[in-house]
Amino acid sequence: MTSDESLTLRTQVLLWTAQRVSAAVLAVCVLIHLVTIIYAVRNGLTAAEILGRTQGSITWGGFYALFVLAVAVHAPIGLRNVLAETFNWRGRSLEITVLLVALAIALWGFRAVYAVFH
Amino acid sequence: MSTLRVSVWRGGESGGFQAFEVPRLESQTVLDVVIYIQRKLDRTLSYRYACRVGMCGSCAMTVNGRARWTCRTHVGKVAADGSLEIAPLANLPVVKDLVTDMTIFFDKWARARGRFNGTATRGEDFARVRPESPERRLADAGIECIGCGVCYSSCDVVAWNPAYLGPAALNRAWTLVNDARDNDNRTRLAAVAGDAGCHACHTQMSCTERCPKQISPTAAIAGLKRAAAIAALKGEI
Repeated sequence: MTSDESLTLRTQVLLWTAQRVSAAVLAVCVLIHLVTIIYAVRNGLTAAEILGRTQGSITWGGFYALFVLAVAVHAPIGLRNVLAETFNWRGRSLEITVLLVALAIALWGFRAVYAVFH
Repeated sequence: MSTLRVSVWRGGESGGFQAFEVPRLESQTVLDVVIYIQRKLDRTLSYRYACRVGMCGSCAMTVNGRARWTCRTHVGKVAADGSLEIAPLANLPVVKDLVTDMTIFFDKWARARGRFNGTATRGEDFARVRPESPERRLADAGIECIGCGVCYSSCDVVAWNPAYLGPAALNRAWTLVNDARDNDNRTRLAAVAGDAGCHACHTQMSCTERCPKQISPTAAIAGLKRAAAIAALKGEI
């Protein structure tokens, strides 16, 4: 029994699993991000200081790439549920829409990571 | 003798509340109030009940906004200000007044493969299930459900996603997943997984909060989510 015939049952369950796994990743990422913000602004906040920390840093580049990836997985799956339950919008048009949202988040997110890493 | 102000839903899907005044009695239940109205004030009132003692699960209604067994709900507990609003269960089609059509509720038990599927024949010995085994304990936690529909009526996900199987059917499926004698689990996990099944649950726990048997369908659904996710990762569903 499925309410959405455009995705196989296995895909529906794997989407749910991906959202849980990405939530666990996000929980850690958000914590590190917030702690870094609080630590970084102790002497005022400047672009130079941020770029000094991130430019050329594999660690920070990798961290924020993982952060963006987790958001790009997590948010569209949640949005899919919200749109289905709120507007009774289900089927292929919804899948394509949230896939485009995922690609947009990933594109702009990775672009921002590249900008502070490069 | 004091008087209760009672608003009772009249009509079908469309209709309105009708006001009645009912004598307030000691140890009075909400079902007593409904029975009084039907016998003394308006014989056309339709409602459903059978056992009056919390065994049959047929008298559930929405009382002051919450789904409850009316036979086991004392007026004193829910009508502190002397007023009652009695409506049919939510999330089910209304037949008339306080009677809902529970066909879809029980159809979903069947869709969730809530039927025991054993393989033993009469020639075999009894299955030996240790009472302290984890599976037996998990099954025990859910098997007292009597199918009253209170959880289904209280679930927001059912309201948002009409295909959702609902807490009672999923709870039933989880008791069978943990039944060592049943051999239908792969089919059952496929039946309860996905957007219309256990993975649609938001863990809001209204079902658990309101279950008159103190069952936690939320815990059962969490178990199904894990089992079905593992089955999907293994490629079994």
